[in-house]
Amino acid sequence: MTMTVHEAVARRRTADRTVLLEASDVTMRFGGLTAVNNVSLKVHYGEIVGLIGPNGAGKTTFFNCLTGLYKPTSGRVALEGEKLPPKPRQVVAAGVARTFQNIRLFHNMTALENVMVGMYCRTKANAVDAILRLPRHRAEERAATKAARKWLAFVGLTPAADVLSRNLPYGDQRRLEIARALATSPKLLLLDEPTAGMNPNETRQAEELIFRIRDLGLAILVIEHDMRFIFNLCDTVSCLVQGEVLVCGTGAEVQSDPRVIEAYLGSPQLEDEDDA
Amino acid sequence: MIARLSAYERVGRFAAIAGAALVLLSVMLPWAYGKRALDDMTYFFGPSPLQLCGAGVAAVCLAALIAGLVALPGRGPTMLCWNDMARVGGIGLAFYVGAVLVAVAVATGGLVNVEAGGWLAFGGAVLAALGGLTLPDSPQATLSHFLTPSWGQIAAIVVAIASALFAAAAAVNQGDVEDFVVFGVWLAAAIFLVRASGVFAWLSLAAAGNRQVLVMAAFVAAFAFPFTQNGSDANMSVAAQVLTFAGTAIGLNIVVGLVGLLDLGYIAFLGAGAFTAAVLSKSAFATLSVDLPFPVVVVISGTVASLLGLLIGTPTLRVSGDYLAIVTLAFGEIFRITMNNLDGTDGPNITHGSNGVPGIPNLNLFGFDFGQSHEILGVTLTRHANYYMLLLVVIALIIVVFTNLNHSRIGRGWVAIREDEMAAEAMGVNTFALKLLAFAGGAFLAGVAGSVKAYTDTSVSPDQYVFLESAFLLAAVVLGGMGTVMGVLIGATILKLLPEKLRFFDDYRLLLFGALMVLMMRFRPEGIIADERRQLEFHDEDEELAEDVETELVVHQAHHNLEGGKRS
Repeated sequence: MTMTVHEAVARRRTADRTVLLEASDVTMRFGGLTAVNNVSLKVHYGEIVGLIGPNGAGKTTFFNCLTGLYKPTSGRVALEGEKLPPKPRQVVAAGVARTFQNIRLFHNMTALENVMVGMYCRTKANAVDAILRLPRHRAEERAATKAARKWLAFVGLTPAADVLSRNLPYGDQRRLEIARALATSPKLLLLDEPTAGMNPNETRQAEELIFRIRDLGLAILVIEHDMRFIFNLCDTVSCLVQGEVLVCGTGAEVQSDPRVIEAYLGSPQLEDEDDA
Repeated sequence: MIARLSAYERVGRFAAIAGAALVLLSVMLPWAYGKRALDDMTYFFGPSPLQLCGAGVAAVCLAALIAGLVALPGRGPTMLCWNDMARVGGIGLAFYVGAVLVAVAVATGGLVNVEAGGWLAFGGAVLAALGGLTLPDSPQATLSHFLTPSWGQIAAIVVAIASALFAAAAAVNQGDVEDFVVFGVWLAAAIFLVRASGVFAWLSLAAAGNRQVLVMAAFVAAFAFPFTQNGSDANMSVAAQVLTFAGTAIGLNIVVGLVGLLDLGYIAFLGAGAFTAAVLSKSAFATLSVDLPFPVVVVISGTVASLLGLLIGTPTLRVSGDYLAIVTLAFGEIFRITMNNLDGTDGPNITHGSNGVPGIPNLNLFGFDFGQSHEILGVTLTRHANYYMLLLVVIALIIVVFTNLNHSRIGRGWVAIREDEMAAEAMGVNTFALKLLAFAGGAFLAGVAGSVKAYTDTSVSPDQYVFLESAFLLAAVVLGGMGTVMGVLIGATILKLLPEKLRFFDDYRLLLFGALMVLMMRFRPEGIIADERRQLEFHDEDEELAEDVETELVVHQAHHNLEGGKRS
């Protein structure tokens, strides 16, 4: 496989940085259907990586393989060189947090409580501590409330702290999901279509938020359909088509790759036939 | 001023005023012929207590009607919801007087024994109800926006709790079925009237701001209850049953209300606790009779129950929803049948089979014999009153465990599982361990309640732990309000007290509760006391309610800020 100039530049740019997440040859089969086929992907520290592809390309399935919701048929996912544990909560504890394509907040809990649930895996107080209100419980509870308020402030939801999450506007729910994920103190944040259904203004805010998260030192892997958003945001972009990585490179490379255009728009001949 | 009223409303309001006034006047006349009916309503100018009760509602109703008239100019918000009060009061009055007439007819053998005063009262009440229905809805009461000084709030809480105690004592003391029913109707009318006025909303805010006062007052009232039952052991026996039932229901509330798992065999855990305590007791039929201090027995009973919870939970908690309900239903039956079979012929003799363990001796703690009546402050506290006091302590502990767990990371994890189990797991919550903890913890609480129950009842047998009891426990949780303590206490009280007081209704008991549940599910699916989270869940499209709750939150916040400001 020949390497384009841009790819070489991208390689060099990331070569001196250490790899945070490495997925190698991840394959996920559901019976006869191969949803994800031999996908390899690297995310470096402090990097924003985009994952694009037409509907049904297997992006979310790949996310689920990374976060332990699915067990890949074959392949290996490693965080900082260590193989990720099999269960979702262990993956969270290891430092990978995610948001969902269809918002999955705890609807009948307040925004603050939602974020505090994210802190569950970083707190230790057990039932006895809680029942007897021992110092460990109280100290943790204070710290957790403070941290949760901090994350709410970070995503700009301080006024909504005591509002049930179901009553929040759509854009706020998206941001709350990000705050909840951040509360698990991740090293890598997986965002599944963070701007779906947002207007251009909200999309810009989301973009700015993601940059601020990156500036905290987190790496981000983001699935998105909004091309302008993804090419503004990402250091590298992978295009997934029918479960396989079609192209991986910088935004400009992926954008100009004819195979990507074909995957999204179809081949010119076909277009002509449709017109005829 | 009066010109501002629409003709329709004007007629309605004055009709209602006339109606309420008629009821007020009618109590000066006899309502019934024959002293046997209710509490002797046969005197001219000598109203009986029940007549006075009716007069009270009528007077409040009348005052609300007039106040509404005075408050009309501008149609702005008023201190209380006068029109709503008048309407609800009128309807309540109609139901109440109607119930009185029916009760008189039942007690004396026909409506012919209703005197002119009774008919006058009924006519007035119906007039008040019809008139009230024409009134427009009140604007939201401004009462809840007033920031009363904290001593005012505390005083209001104490008064409210004292009235609750007084009402409960009065209800329990109604000997005859008719008296009980009529008083119950009156109580319901009075409660709805106060609720319509907007005072409840204000009280709940005050209560939220003074939680400790509320809890203290409630427990003082609960401890004071036996002193209102001078020597009546039967009533205290019912009260003790209510507490046992409530304690178990709070345990179930962890599983059902917080984690959202449906458990249909919960009575088995109460049974496990009771059998453990019975088998360990000094009864002649106890197979493992060991001389252990009572607190140790309580802990052992709880532990046995929670081990049983782990045993059933470990394999079954991987299934959820309906499947879990079926598995737990079967488990409840397995427990009962096992207890039946541990009789020495089908298995080792531990429980004496269907005979169970009778003759459990009374407790004796620190020289206090629970079997004897004691005279305290000139009031006789009977055997069941002693156990009632003990159960109060136990239930206080159970409530502490429930609320402290609820307001901790564990409680948040539980609710998160209920809301979206997969998302909870993906956010790092150990869902399996937490579900198991809920099962074991809830079972522990039920086991503790069971151990006291064994001593209170003096005998334990398998046929007390049938599926129907599990269903009633679940009904208490759902009826009262899932996820709340207060709701479950009220639900348990209703479900235990009514069957005891309405014994003649025994054959139709299930029918009655079935109807009650259907009505609740239709009109108030979140239960009598709604968990503020749950309330919104069940009224998805109800924008008004959402706004109400939001407003309350804002007002609450204002209270909070003000108090914070005062403190700093």
